[in-house]
Amino acid sequence: MPRIVVDVMPKPEILDPQGKAIVGALPRLGFTAFSQVRQGKRFELTVDGEVTEEILAQARTAAERLLSNPVIEDVVNVEVVAD
Amino acid sequence: MSATELPLIGDYSTPVTALSGARIGVVTFPGTLDDRDAARAVGLAGAEAVSLWHADSDLADVDAVVIPGGFSYGDYLRAGAISRFAPMMDKIIDAANSDAKLPVLGICNGFQILTESHLLPGSMIKNDHLKFLCRDQVLRVDNNSTAWTNQYAQGEEITVVLKNQDGQYVADEKTLDALEAEGRVAFSYVGWNPNGSRRNIAGITNAAGNVVGLMPHPEHAVEAGFGPDHTGTDGLGVFASVLTHLVGGQK
Repeated sequence: MPRIVVDVMPKPEILDPQGKAIVGALPRLGFTAFSQVRQGKRFELTVDGEVTEEILAQARTAAERLLSNPVIEDVVNVEVVAD
Repeated sequence: MSATELPLIGDYSTPVTALSGARIGVVTFPGTLDDRDAARAVGLAGAEAVSLWHADSDLADVDAVVIPGGFSYGDYLRAGAISRFAPMMDKIIDAANSDAKLPVLGICNGFQILTESHLLPGSMIKNDHLKFLCRDQVLRVDNNSTAWTNQYAQGEEITVVLKNQDGQYVADEKTLDALEAEGRVAFSYVGWNPNGSRRNIAGITNAAGNVVGLMPHPEHAVEAGFGPDHTGTDGLGVFASVLTHLVGGQK
């Protein structure tokens, strides 16, 4: 069944405390090439049947209204993934 | 009083006043923790606490509403994000925005629900140090003209409990400037900033002053023997304020 993937990231100007903690842990494991980490969220919405334009539009609206908070987050990607 | 009567250490009986008829709703969501404490604080202030269930859509004619703290829906998605769409919240949002301007107080998770509901601006993210924190916290009352702060002196410092993990208040610079310029910062942290909140903001109000949200817990500082430093009852003023507001006693 097809899925709609929604990716949500903290806004660039919002400090991401979790990403900051992760970037601090990386060098301890020998990964020294990464200067910044930002942690986001990936949602997978499964659709029974075909993903129509209307269903995709619903996913975009749900992403803005529920899956993300526009004060602190951006919806950076909404796409259909076929299995 | 005769000399043989016991001296007043404190009178903890419920006062019988004109305010005693007020009915204050306390909303319970799945995962709410502090509804019983909030209801007790309402009772100690002299009003009747009315339990409201998140899935109902009847406000039961309450005169004001407290949205208490806890971890509604386990903080899944974002703190307050799922509770915000409960049927009871639709009623509360409408009533808060109506001409009647229902007084609404959000404490901790309740504050997060109010920002997710857009009744208050901004949002909360994880504490900058990433740890859960529980301590006595000094706050300054920066606006004593709201429905929930009118029994404090302007600039008064109070001590209540702070306990949260997602307590870092954030908003864009324009919103923060507006909040400060319009006197809509209701409470700010004094001494240190426990979670990285912008501009030391601990609580804010809407423009009308009927909707207030704060991260610390006034309902845990209402009874001698149980509050901060075992004596503190500084939080009682929040609940006394709304009763005063309801009888038109805004000073």
